Amino acid sequence: MDYAGSDESQSVPPERIRSAKILLAGGFGVGKTTLVGSVSEITPLTTEAVMTAASRNIDEIADVPDKTTTTVAMDFGRITIAADLILYLFGTPGQSRFWFMWDELNRGAIGAIVLVDTRRLMDSFSSIDFFENRKVPYVVAVNLFDSAPRYDVDEVRDALTLPPDVPLVLCDARNRESAKRVLISLVEYVMHLHLRTRATASVVGR
Amino acid sequence: MEPNREERGALVRPYAVTRGRTEPARDIAIEAILVTTFRGRQEAMYAGRDKHMISILCDGRPQSLAEVAARMRVPLGVARVLVSDMTVDGLLALHEPAFDDNEDDRLDMLERVLSGLRRL
Repeated sequence: MDYAGSDESQSVPPERIRSAKILLAGGFGVGKTTLVGSVSEITPLTTEAVMTAASRNIDEIADVPDKTTTTVAMDFGRITIAADLILYLFGTPGQSRFWFMWDELNRGAIGAIVLVDTRRLMDSFSSIDFFENRKVPYVVAVNLFDSAPRYDVDEVRDALTLPPDVPLVLCDARNRESAKRVLISLVEYVMHLHLRTRATASVVGR
Repeated sequence: MEPNREERGALVRPYAVTRGRTEPARDIAIEAILVTTFRGRQEAMYAGRDKHMISILCDGRPQSLAEVAARMRVPLGVARVLVSDMTVDGLLALHEPAFDDNEDDRLDMLERVLSGLRRL
């Protein structure tokens, strides 16, 4: 039994492995990588994507190549839910000028978390607008920095002009349980949306 | 003739491994899962150092395209070209996320993710 090659059958991978992803957006320094690190089973990794965008306004400059490239770094973490289901959490760059390139990242995502610092609420506007416009379900998580002023949840909601059904949660990105809670609130919200859509469809279908 | 890629410096090297190609044969999602096949275990060592390393990385440990890129320290696009070649050659098994799942499959996945997160 113990001959060479017998290990082939030891780690037979499942026939079909599914992966899912959650996006994490927010301004620079808002704690995205910290939150990823709090829940990830691996030390957060960084991958660099070279984004190519056809330029639109500089066509008349003949010597300029017709494409511009930008390197965007993304931090991400991983949670193995089961041998055949792996969840990834991608921290996406906060700068709004990159967002139009991120349709690929959106594709198939469970939804998004917009991480917010109450000292720099404006930094999160572009992320919120982006997910609103693309109909990507999202929740807002306020990262409670020690030095940041505390606001009432409703005050933050008003300041961000969040639609009433979008969940807003307070969190400490450094804390595993707290970070977990943010992910759970997103998945619960997305399930709620699915079930609501289904219920509406069945009522209309009658 | 093997180009002397070490001499060209770090700026050029990543795309040297793909021989200048920046377009993969197939589009692979960033979270797509890759697992080394039996054939990959046997043959990837003859496919060049990078592909050999990827085959070791994904052997018995499912890795996403993003993980392959990060652990190989190459840009995502380079990893996508390498991995794409390897799936075409049967060295890696590709598990694409199912974007076209029906509603029941999607809900089932969400439920599993939810209970998995609660167990963490």
